[in-house]
Amino acid sequence: MNFDDTPQEAAFRETARKWIEANAPKELHAELSKSSLGRIRLAHHDIVDVGKAWQKKKFAGNWSCLHWPREYGGRGATPIERVIWQQEEGVYGKLTQPFQIGEGMCGPTVMAFGSEEAKRRYLPKLASGEEIWCQLFSEPSAGSDVAGLRTRAEKKGDDWVVNGQKIWTSGAHYSDYGLLIARTDPNVPKHKGLTMFFLDMKSPGVEVRPIKQANGMQEFNEVYFTDVVIPDSQRLGAVGEGWSVSLTTLMNERMSIGARLATGVPEMFEFCSNLMLEDGLAIDDPAVRSKLASWAAKSSGLKYTSYRTISALSKGERPGPENSIGKLVSGMMLQDIATYAMDLQGAAGVLTGNDEETVQGQFQQMLLSSPSMRIAGGTDEILRNIIAERVLGLPGDIRVDKDVPFNKIPTKGR
Amino acid sequence: MNFDFSDDQKQLRDQARKFLAEKCPPKAVRVVLDGKAAYDKELWKGLAEMGFLGVAIPEEFGGAGAGHLELCVIAEEMGRANAPVPFSSTVYLAAEALLIAGSDAQKKRWLPAIAAGEAIGTLALFEGKGNPAPKNLKLTAANGVLNGVKKPVADGGIADFAVVAARTGSSGRENDISLFLVDLKAGGVEVKSLTNLDPTRGQAEIIFSDCKAEPLGAAGEGWSILTQVLDRAAVLCAFEQVGGADRALEMGRDYALDRIAFGRQIGSFQAVKHMLADMYVSATLARSNSYYGAWALSTNAAELPEAAAAARISATQAFQHCAKNNIQVHGGMGFTWEFDCHMYYRRANAMALGLGSLSYWEDQLIDRMRKKNAA
Repeated sequence: MNFDDTPQEAAFRETARKWIEANAPKELHAELSKSSLGRIRLAHHDIVDVGKAWQKKKFAGNWSCLHWPREYGGRGATPIERVIWQQEEGVYGKLTQPFQIGEGMCGPTVMAFGSEEAKRRYLPKLASGEEIWCQLFSEPSAGSDVAGLRTRAEKKGDDWVVNGQKIWTSGAHYSDYGLLIARTDPNVPKHKGLTMFFLDMKSPGVEVRPIKQANGMQEFNEVYFTDVVIPDSQRLGAVGEGWSVSLTTLMNERMSIGARLATGVPEMFEFCSNLMLEDGLAIDDPAVRSKLASWAAKSSGLKYTSYRTISALSKGERPGPENSIGKLVSGMMLQDIATYAMDLQGAAGVLTGNDEETVQGQFQQMLLSSPSMRIAGGTDEILRNIIAERVLGLPGDIRVDKDVPFNKIPTKGR
Repeated sequence: MNFDFSDDQKQLRDQARKFLAEKCPPKAVRVVLDGKAAYDKELWKGLAEMGFLGVAIPEEFGGAGAGHLELCVIAEEMGRANAPVPFSSTVYLAAEALLIAGSDAQKKRWLPAIAAGEAIGTLALFEGKGNPAPKNLKLTAANGVLNGVKKPVADGGIADFAVVAARTGSSGRENDISLFLVDLKAGGVEVKSLTNLDPTRGQAEIIFSDCKAEPLGAAGEGWSILTQVLDRAAVLCAFEQVGGADRALEMGRDYALDRIAFGRQIGSFQAVKHMLADMYVSATLARSNSYYGAWALSTNAAELPEAAAAARISATQAFQHCAKNNIQVHGGMGFTWEFDCHMYYRRANAMALGLGSLSYWEDQLIDRMRKKNAA
């Protein structure tokens, strides 16, 4: 048992480190380090602009989309090399946010189901950051039950005509292409009538509307389709096979192994170490210590769980299911920590401005944003189902709509 | 990075699991649970023959000289089997105290006997309520004899010798405390068995009256040695707790697959599935923290105090969580004496207190993290 790199890993790390040292946008380091908890705020730069610049540099140096084959713009790197790169990229990895859906989900789907021509046309530009992709899966009536989606694609000659609405689409407003799953046959059970496409987001009939979120920010969009024409050459996989294509996409979802999920624990530890309560420092209070210690133990549990996964990758093994717990644990913890921090702040905890009493409102921001951590990318409930079914081998839910033609499934609860 | 046990160590774990499945089925645990024996003597003998008792004891003292990682994988299996033997008292506490502080003669006297299964040892630390703290110790040592009462002492009723924490000063500081070795079969010792949460592991009160004792380690060093012993034991117990948590989770999962209600497997109801998923989450966090503790223990790393506290907290919470929800998944049957669920529930809650309670270790973790942050 040790934490050391193998000689090959150490050599790779050294090469990566040197390249990053020579090329990273160091002027952004301080700001990027400060923007924790998944929220990136740059005072004088647009995240997409600086992200594109970093991505382009990485592509030129052969450090983009590391695990992709070289002919499509990657490096042909092993999974453990990808983890090492993420560790070394460190805070600059936050600049890759606009490209993560393309790299992690859309690109691999095009790679698995696209024509050779499509792969050579689209993948290198995705890898270089020149073109940004988004993923158009969720709909207002198809969230956790994504196979219940209603956006229609109908064949007209050699083209498909799309009508409907998508929602929760991150980055749609700056994306060039989108991966779209649509219903091509409503007369068969829901999983069987879906087909996957990709489309130019500038196509006529595509309208992107930002969603104002509960925390006041705008990171997601609604995307409306009105008679949008997609050539059949942009279909991925067979007609009616969209569900199995989407499983490939979701399986490729970026595993957050190298980059740890925010838990709020370091921020809370620092806050309690400095906060004066009536009887002294918060961190000397037994009730505070008890909660803080439990959170710290959970957070270290997540850290060493990811180390176990990295070790499996390092040995060339498939990682076990243990990494599936990350988002479930950290999402709930963020919310609990934020709530408790404000409890300690007392009446002043209600303030969300740049107040000294609340350490500039960082926990208030955390409170307002944390519900999304428990919903986006699989709700807590879906994640528990996945653990129960795929890890523990418990039976799937009884699905009353499984064998019913899609257009016969009830659409209202009452 | 190779943050995992080696193939040899995993093989040893499989060997221990197989051995315990055969020699320590629930039926055997119940002999002790029902008060028909103080501990499983046959199993104890078998553990000695397998070399498990002395796995981390150097060869020169009669052990296998393997190491603490090997002891960790065996500990996990002891917890999984709910073994009714004084393994933790003898191997994690008494033997580790001797390894840290014993003289050559003391090691020669006791370690080969431990490895051979001929001596049961324990740590006599607590004096009634409260957590480990110098101020809680009243038992005195003067002129080579001990006077006072220790309670509860794990496995005290069957132990041959004890490491006893005694007061040798009154400055109010840690160096008031010294450790002593006591042959419990000699004079000046009265042992009373106490009923406790987990009858598969005895607890006793030991009254020392002008009891002869020899110093273990230097005078005034007792607390510092104890802290090291408790840290090591915290990691090793965490592995037992992880093994117990995993077994409780498996029992719950298996029952959820077998039991039919409302015309379907109860494991198909989300209320049950989600409870089991949460148990898996706790058990996984505990396992990962325990691995880190194992690394720190085996390399004697400076991180051991923090790693041990995190492992202890995480494993205590996981075992308690899995043991109680295992009963819940079983419903009424889980609350019968006949089903094995309560044996893990008892063990989980007894283990949560043995080295100091959860709140004690939470306190320790915060202190140790602050120390690290300050450095």
